[in-house]
Amino acid sequence: MDAETMTAPDLSRLARQRKRAAWAFLAPMLIVLAAVAAWPLARTIWFGFTDASLDQLGNAQWVGFQNYLHWFDYGNGQGEWEGVLADPRWWRSVWNTIWFAGLSVSIETVFGLVIALVLHRSFPGRGLVRAAILIPWAIPTIVSAKMWAWMLHDQFGIVNDMLMRVGLIDSAIAWTATPGTAMFAIVAVDVWKTTPFMALLILAALQMVPDDIYEAARMDGVPAFRLFRKVTLPLILPGLLVAVVFRTLDALRVFDLIYVLTPNTDATRSMSIYARENLFDYDKFAYGSAASTLLFFVIALITITFIRVTRMNLERED
Amino acid sequence: MTQYLKSLAGAALVSLAAFSVQAETLNIVHGAVGMDDEILRRQLDAFEAATGHTVNIVSMPESTTDQFSQYKLWLSAQSSDIDVYRLDVIWAPQISEHFVDMNEAVEDIRDQFVPSALDAQTVDGKLVAMPMFMGAPALYYRADLLEKHGKSVPTTWEELTATAAEVMEAERAEGNGDMWGFVFQGAAYEGLTCNAMEWVGAMGGGMIVGEDGSVGINNPQAAAAIDLAASWVGSIAPSGVLNYKEEDARGTFQSGNAVFMRNWNYAYALVTGDDSPVKDAVEVAPLPGGPGGAVATLGGAALGVSAYSEHPEVAIELVKFLVNFENQKMRAIDTSRPATITAIYDDAEVAEKMPFIPLWKPVLDGTTPRPAFSTKRKYNEVSAEFWTAVHNTMSGNGTAESNLAALEARLTRLKGDAW
Repeated sequence: MDAETMTAPDLSRLARQRKRAAWAFLAPMLIVLAAVAAWPLARTIWFGFTDASLDQLGNAQWVGFQNYLHWFDYGNGQGEWEGVLADPRWWRSVWNTIWFAGLSVSIETVFGLVIALVLHRSFPGRGLVRAAILIPWAIPTIVSAKMWAWMLHDQFGIVNDMLMRVGLIDSAIAWTATPGTAMFAIVAVDVWKTTPFMALLILAALQMVPDDIYEAARMDGVPAFRLFRKVTLPLILPGLLVAVVFRTLDALRVFDLIYVLTPNTDATRSMSIYARENLFDYDKFAYGSAASTLLFFVIALITITFIRVTRMNLERED
Repeated sequence: MTQYLKSLAGAALVSLAAFSVQAETLNIVHGAVGMDDEILRRQLDAFEAATGHTVNIVSMPESTTDQFSQYKLWLSAQSSDIDVYRLDVIWAPQISEHFVDMNEAVEDIRDQFVPSALDAQTVDGKLVAMPMFMGAPALYYRADLLEKHGKSVPTTWEELTATAAEVMEAERAEGNGDMWGFVFQGAAYEGLTCNAMEWVGAMGGGMIVGEDGSVGINNPQAAAAIDLAASWVGSIAPSGVLNYKEEDARGTFQSGNAVFMRNWNYAYALVTGDDSPVKDAVEVAPLPGGPGGAVATLGGAALGVSAYSEHPEVAIELVKFLVNFENQKMRAIDTSRPATITAIYDDAEVAEKMPFIPLWKPVLDGTTPRPAFSTKRKYNEVSAEFWTAVHNTMSGNGTAESNLAALEARLTRLKGDAW
C-alpha cells in the first residue's frame, strides 16, 4: 500500500500498531532496567530519608531531610547545622571530583584526538599499533592502580629512580603521599588508562568522514591545519562529544583508582569514596545513602547541562 | 507412644549426627600480612587430613580498614558464604550480633587462655570470637648501626628523634644515600591510630576517648606528641611515610634503608628470616616512652564463627583447632605471632627458636587497648577522625593544636548524649 493512497484511519491504525510493536520490543529492556537501575536508585533515595543502619535495614524509620540538613540544638538556644549539605568534607569531595573529572577528561580528549589522527593515517603495522594502545584500557583498574602505586612508590618506585637517573629531580618524591602531588598522580594514571578509550571513539568518528571531502580540499590546496579546523573537527564533533560525555560520567564517579592509589584523606577524597565510607565503614548507612543520592544528582546535573550546552552548538552547526 | 517418639527423635539425632560428620566445605576469610596465609594453609591441611572437611582461604587486603567494610557487607547481608572470620582485636563490640556465642563451646579450654585476650572479645557476656594471636608493637632497630655510631637504644621519643637523625646523617655522609632514620605506619588508616596513640600516650596526652566515654584528646601534651611526629616527615622519615602501611615500612627497613622501625610482631620472623639482607643486624626493644610511660597499642586477631554459617559445628571445631596449643606454638615460632595461650610463653622450644615471644610477655601484659568498648558502634568513625587529625598535621595541613581542637569538636558532636 502506497502512502499517498492511504486514508486517515488506515494511517492511524498503522501508527498504533507500530507503537504497540515498539513497546513490545522495548518492554524486556525496560523491565531489566527497572530491576537493576531504577529500583536500587529508588531504594537508595528512600534510605537517604530514613535512619537506616546496615544491620537493620528493615527497621528504617522516615526522618525527612535530617540526613541532608538539620539544625542541631545544644539545648541552650545555641546550635549548629548538621547533615551532608553542612559537611565541609562533602563539599571538598565534590570539588575534588569535579577538579579531577575536568582536568583528566580535558587531557584525555586532547591526547585521544592526537592519537586518533595518527592512527587514522595508513602506515605499516597500523593494525598492531591500534591493538597495542588498547592495553591500558583492557587492564582492570584495580590492577593498574596497584601497579602504578608500586611504580610511584617513594622508596622502591621505578618512576623516581628514572627521574633521578636523568637528573630531573635530586631526591625521591612521594608522589601519592604528599597532598600537593597526589591529585596529579591520580590524574596522570587516569589519563594513561583511559586515553585509549577516547582515541578509539574518536578514530571511529574519523572513519565516518568521507574521503572525497579530503580529496576536494587537497585539490583546492587547503593547508593541513585549516583542513583540520574547518573540515575534520566539525565532522567528528558529534562523535567527540559523545566520547566526552561518556568519559565525564565515568570520571565523576571515580572510586577505585583513588582508593587504591592514595591515602583516603581530605586532599583526594572523591564523592564516591565519601559515600562508601559512611555507608560501610561507619555505622551511618542512611547518611551515606543521602550522600549517594546527592552524588547521583550532581552527576545528572552536570551531564544534562553539558548535553544542553553542546546540543545548542550542534544545532547551530546544522 | 512416647517410647516410639523418643526412638524417632533418637533416630533423627543419629541421622543429624551422621549428616554433620559428612565432609563439608568451609570458607575462612583471612586478612593477612607476611607469612600468615602460608602458615594458615599448612594448618588447614592438617585439619582437612584429620577431619575430611575442606577449608578454603578467602584472601583480603592488608589494611584492616579495607577488610572491615567488606566483612560488614557480608554480615549485614547474612551471607552464608563465609563460615569463619578472622577479626581484628577491636571489632567485637561493633559486630557482635553477627557471631555465634563461643562460651559453651570453649568451656573446657578457656582456662588456658590469657584472660585479657578473652575479655577483649567478650561483649555483654557473649564470647564473640576466640583470640588467635596477640599483638604488641616493637621498636625494631639496626644494632650494627647503633654500635658503629656509639648510640644506645632510645627510651623516649625525643631520644629516638635525635639518634635517628644522627645515625642517618652519619650513614648518608658515608655514601649510604638511601638511609632513613625511622619508618612507621603513617597512611590514613587504622594503623596510624595505633601509632599515634603510642606517641600521645607516651607524652602524657591520654586516650582519644577515655573508658568513661569522655573526650580528652585536646590537650597540650597530645599536641606536642603529634607535632613531634609531624617533624619526622621529610626529615628522619621519608615523606612517603604518609602512605605507608605495615608492609611498606617493613620493605624499607628490611632492604636496609632505615635505622628504626615501629611494627607489629609478625615483622620479626621476616626481618630476621634467611632471605633478609639485615637478618643478623636487627634487634627489638619496647617502644620509647615519655612522661606518660611507654605505651604499646594492643593488637591481634580473633576467629569468629558467623551466625549465618550453614555448618556452625564444624566451623567451631575448626576455630578450636586453629587456636589450640600446637597451632599457636607453630604460629609463634614461624611467624613470631604472640600466642593467646599462657603456656606458650613458658615453652622451652618456643624460647629457643623464637626468643622474641617470651621476651615480649611483659610488653603484652602492659598493652593499651583502643577505645573500641567505650565508643561501641561509633569506634570506626572515632578512629577515622583521629587519624585524619594526625594525618593532616603530618602533611602540613594545620597545626596539631588547631587540628586537635577541631577533632574534639567533631568527637563531641559524634558522641551526642552517649556513645
